[in-house]
Amino acid sequence: MSDEVSHLNDLYEEVILDHCKNPRNFKALPEANRKAEGYNPLCGDKVTVYLKLEDGVVQDISFEGIGCAISTAAASLMTETLKGKNLTEVETLFQGFHDLVTGKGGETSQMGKLMVFHGVSEFPVRVKCATLVWHTLQAALQQTQEPATTE
Amino acid sequence: MKTDQQIAPPDSSPGADLEFDVEKIREDFPILKQKIYGKPLVYLDNAATSQKPQVVMDTIHHYYVTDNANIHRGVHCLSQRATEAYEQARVKVQRFIHAAESREIIFVRSATEAINLVAQTYGRKQVQAGDEVIVSAMEHHSNIVPWQMLCEEKGATLRVIPMNDEGELLLDEYEKLLNPRTRLVAVVHISNALGTINPIQEIIERAHQQDIPVLVDGAQAAPHFEVDVQALDCDFYAVTGHKLCGPTGVGILYGKADLLDSMPPFQGGGEMIRSVTFEKTTYNVLPHKFEAGTPNIVGGIGLGAAVDYVSEVGWKNIAAQERELLLYATQQLSALSGLRIIGTAKEKASILSFVIEGVHAHDVGTILDQEGIAVRTGHHCAQPVMDRFQIPATARASFAFYNTREEIDVLVKGIQRVIEVFK
Repeated sequence: MSDEVSHLNDLYEEVILDHCKNPRNFKALPEANRKAEGYNPLCGDKVTVYLKLEDGVVQDISFEGIGCAISTAAASLMTETLKGKNLTEVETLFQGFHDLVTGKGGETSQMGKLMVFHGVSEFPVRVKCATLVWHTLQAALQQTQEPATTE
Repeated sequence: MKTDQQIAPPDSSPGADLEFDVEKIREDFPILKQKIYGKPLVYLDNAATSQKPQVVMDTIHHYYVTDNANIHRGVHCLSQRATEAYEQARVKVQRFIHAAESREIIFVRSATEAINLVAQTYGRKQVQAGDEVIVSAMEHHSNIVPWQMLCEEKGATLRVIPMNDEGELLLDEYEKLLNPRTRLVAVVHISNALGTINPIQEIIERAHQQDIPVLVDGAQAAPHFEVDVQALDCDFYAVTGHKLCGPTGVGILYGKADLLDSMPPFQGGGEMIRSVTFEKTTYNVLPHKFEAGTPNIVGGIGLGAAVDYVSEVGWKNIAAQERELLLYATQQLSALSGLRIIGTAKEKASILSFVIEGVHAHDVGTILDQEGIAVRTGHHCAQPVMDRFQIPATARASFAFYNTREEIDVLVKGIQRVIEVFK
């Protein structure tokens, strides 16, 4: 098996495939007080992030949408990771995740399960798949009216 | 070429060149010799852009090395050579699509620009509030958005010919859409997302029965079979060069001379004028009226070399090879469980769109890429087509005459790998 194929295995880690096939928190959230839509015009991926934010803490979070394995797993793992986190922690994780998938290194000790996305940095055209849902989350936090995009 | 599992002779019409040797043809395309991630490149993204034969690259190189000058405005030798080469290319394209006159060939940047030219000149003059423009459900965005922009500006309505689940236009529905308010029908010849070859002759005839002109988006058609604009009797025909073995950044708009003559200019500037004063400008004759500014000279010349090359390979050979590839690939891919072909029209060009159950097209594309296989993934700039089939995206393998059955075998193995990863 060549190096390139092992990169492929880095991208499609078991955890990513699992979250793609069985996404967690994949539903609308009626009690959400923040919501945003994200769109990747390159591939047509669409995601909606629902957020219940109280006293600066993510009480609940969910998502809906269609996308590739990377974007679906990124959304699923993001929602799983962010429940109960405060806004500062959310910001730190977003930065850490961004650095991770773009190969910038940085602080990874807090990243937990999100580390499965380390292989994305070997696939520059797939970085946007991984970050779409995070950009959408940010739009929800800022209550931007415009849909978030990766562009 | 393998002889087992041979599909019935795709084109046994007399004159088909039995000497066609795909390996020899591949020698003309140096890019195909490379390896991607250590594996032989399998280039199956020809509907996005074709590869370029050596002769096209040599022509471009030769032009810059020996002839480069601006055209139509110098008395010096180089300018004359450049002008002659450029105008010769126009004649080559004219013959290639069987236009009556070379002045009916307008050099543009792309098929997209050709369509925009018609929308912004013919369309702006002819389409008024309450009028209608007809497109089809399988258009590329480039044959939707220019008309949408025009309709929005004018208060006109865009009407859409629907299609069935196979990806074939419903001609009875089309007939119902035609009415005295219809100012233009703009339809794609071959769908880039589905591969459907539309019954364009019939579409044109029905519109002409009501004196409605027809623009044909031929971006995908021109590389696959001989286009005869006079036999079709189309009013406009848009072609891009880079899908036709030519360079990027050049295409042509064919228009009937009397129509082009009656249209206002597209862009203003040098070359398109006869005389300019601050009070009044008079416009140049066809085709120059529509070619403001220094054009893509080397692009036009490169396109001329490309159509010569394609003609030399021969339409019968191209049709036979591509038909065999399409049949073989359709047969092989249909046998894979969980794979669904999108676009199953009776008349198809060598374009094969597919989805795999439970796997997004983007993931298909990434895994195939790792096997050295280049396919297009996404909505193919045809989002309404994706919506019609209720899918977010497809993977698309599109074959050119330089592709082989062995490459389809590699594709099938690659798809099996995709299914394995996601099982």
